[in-house]
Amino acid sequence: MTRPDGVTRRGFLMKIGLLFNGAVGMALAVPVLRYVLSPVSRQQKSGYDSWLSLGALDQFPAGQTRLAKYRNPVMNSWDGETADIACWVRNVDGEKFQVFAINCAHLGCPVRWFAQSNLFMCPCHGGAYYQDGSRASGPPERGLFEYPYKVESGRLLIQAGELPTPGRAASGLRGGSGCVQFVQFNG
Amino acid sequence: MRAVRAIQRLSEWFDQRLQLGRSIREVMEHPVPRQTASWWYVFGSAALTVFLFQIVTGILLALVYVPSAGEAWNSLQTLNHEIALGWFIRALHGWGSNFMLAIVLIHMVQVFFFGAYKFPRELTWIVGVFLLLMTLGMAFTGQVLRFDQDAYWGLGIGASISSRVPMLGPALVKLLLGGPIIAGATLSRFFALHVFVIPGLLLAFVGLHVLMVLKLGVNEWPMPGRIVRRATYVREYHELTATDGVPFVPNAIWKDIVFSGFILLSIAVCAVLLGPFGPGGQPDPTIIQTAPRPDAFFLWIYAVLSFLPPAAETPILLIGPVIGILVLLALPFVAGEGEKSWKRRPIAVLVILLAAVALGTLTHLGEHTPWSPVMDAWSSQPIPAEYLKGRTPLEHQGALVFQAKQCHNCHSLGGDGGKRGPSLDQVALRLTPDQLIRQVIQGGGNMPAYGKNLSPAETVALVKFLETLHPSGLAPARDASRSVALR
Repeated sequence: MTRPDGVTRRGFLMKIGLLFNGAVGMALAVPVLRYVLSPVSRQQKSGYDSWLSLGALDQFPAGQTRLAKYRNPVMNSWDGETADIACWVRNVDGEKFQVFAINCAHLGCPVRWFAQSNLFMCPCHGGAYYQDGSRASGPPERGLFEYPYKVESGRLLIQAGELPTPGRAASGLRGGSGCVQFVQFNG
Repeated sequence: MRAVRAIQRLSEWFDQRLQLGRSIREVMEHPVPRQTASWWYVFGSAALTVFLFQIVTGILLALVYVPSAGEAWNSLQTLNHEIALGWFIRALHGWGSNFMLAIVLIHMVQVFFFGAYKFPRELTWIVGVFLLLMTLGMAFTGQVLRFDQDAYWGLGIGASISSRVPMLGPALVKLLLGGPIIAGATLSRFFALHVFVIPGLLLAFVGLHVLMVLKLGVNEWPMPGRIVRRATYVREYHELTATDGVPFVPNAIWKDIVFSGFILLSIAVCAVLLGPFGPGGQPDPTIIQTAPRPDAFFLWIYAVLSFLPPAAETPILLIGPVIGILVLLALPFVAGEGEKSWKRRPIAVLVILLAAVALGTLTHLGEHTPWSPVMDAWSSQPIPAEYLKGRTPLEHQGALVFQAKQCHNCHSLGGDGGKRGPSLDQVALRLTPDQLIRQVIQGGGNMPAYGKNLSPAETVALVKFLETLHPSGLAPARDASRSVALR
């Protein structure tokens, strides 16, 4: 049976079948997409940014800048040593601190502290920063990323949990301009 | 005789069921232009051979490799040192990767020079551009699977670049890393990309690419003056293969086979003599005594990243690759007709030369990283003795300041030290004492200001030392107005 407009019964059924498959495909795409995008949507979960201890205050003598480590708050058992993150702690004057991300603000390479010249230098493309984290020279567009910190019962805590990158600077981390916001003293 | 008949019967049994014999015979016997049975036409088949070789060696590595951030590095060590010939399989896969990229690039240049992207082979070229991108993707993801310090910080560089995409940046970073930091989830997804996603796409696209080469015929040898026109090309090509064609097998393919064998042998020789790549140091982010660096084929990008002015960097990083890919994709549509011969296409030749020189220069710079401070120059590279002989105690003190304050990390003396800043061997000829003081204290011209880090005494000593840095026969720079002003 062919209708005058060329639509056959079997052809029509095939189109219904395709439509059916399309609908099922769309329904399946929703959970698949949610699964694939889970690293992004998990942003709201607590733990991406938590208060973490860097250790007792006496590890960070006044006027000095020391390397510290913490274990990332969100982690899996198979992360191995990648869950350990380093950062630079500067004890400005015994009361004020600055905690810098290890990652260069240019492309994320680990910056090194040179106490003699009071500079951070990056081994990748030669970015350099002053002791307060502000940009000294080289390709970085800004100063080092800084973690919010607080002092609680003799311990230095920072709020961290996410790789600092230039594009994320606006949300949680701050540039190392030397000005201190977010700072609480409970110790 | 009976054996031959048995084989014949067996093959007939299969062909009756597979129905492939005729198409295979057609492919083998199809005529190709006589001049294309040339050593210039062997790179495509060699790329295919190396691709298959990479699949085989990749599967062999997957028998042992553990795609877990906590264990990957250890499993690579096991492959290198404990499993019999594990190092050799790793070396084959690593060198195979380098050869594959090199051959794909050579193939692309040859196709470009021979005008093979022109009508009717535009789509073959476009599929080829995607194959190049996938090959680069394989190289990058493969470098990540060699989960060492370079892989870890390389991912950080990738994350930093992706984060600069407007609006979507932070989300892209998390998607790339599989979470908030570089960790187990990151390696797992790069494993999935390297082992399933990209190879699957590569297989499909390679199939398409080869199918089009067979259907449309091998590009004829370009003759100056033989112009490609859409209206007549296909007819002319078939006339050419009919009058001056040779069967693909064996007339053309024997060179492909010999060259492929030569390439596989070269990979094996490199693997035996030069061994596997890494892994480098453990992927422990708290070990910061490291200077991360990408593999050879990405060094040029690494170099570009150090030369872009900060303000232009993000737009160039994000828009540059898009423009580059669009240009490659648009090429067959812009120049789909006309001359094929490189002898009549001077601009094409210049473009390739320019690209080769640029990539070569940037790669060379990427190997030497003159823009990076030499992190240990201040403590490991002494000032040449002749710069210290017969100097005053104050100048000696200045030399000490020069070392202790890490000036040597960025400035070279007698060829040692960093190349980030200018060499200071003759700095006294360029700058007067006043200018030296100003430069040290205020910095500028990409030098940090040392005003807060040097005491006045240290500054005086340092500048006194710098004033001695000039060839013995030449007088140091001086401010001519000074003597007048002080009179």
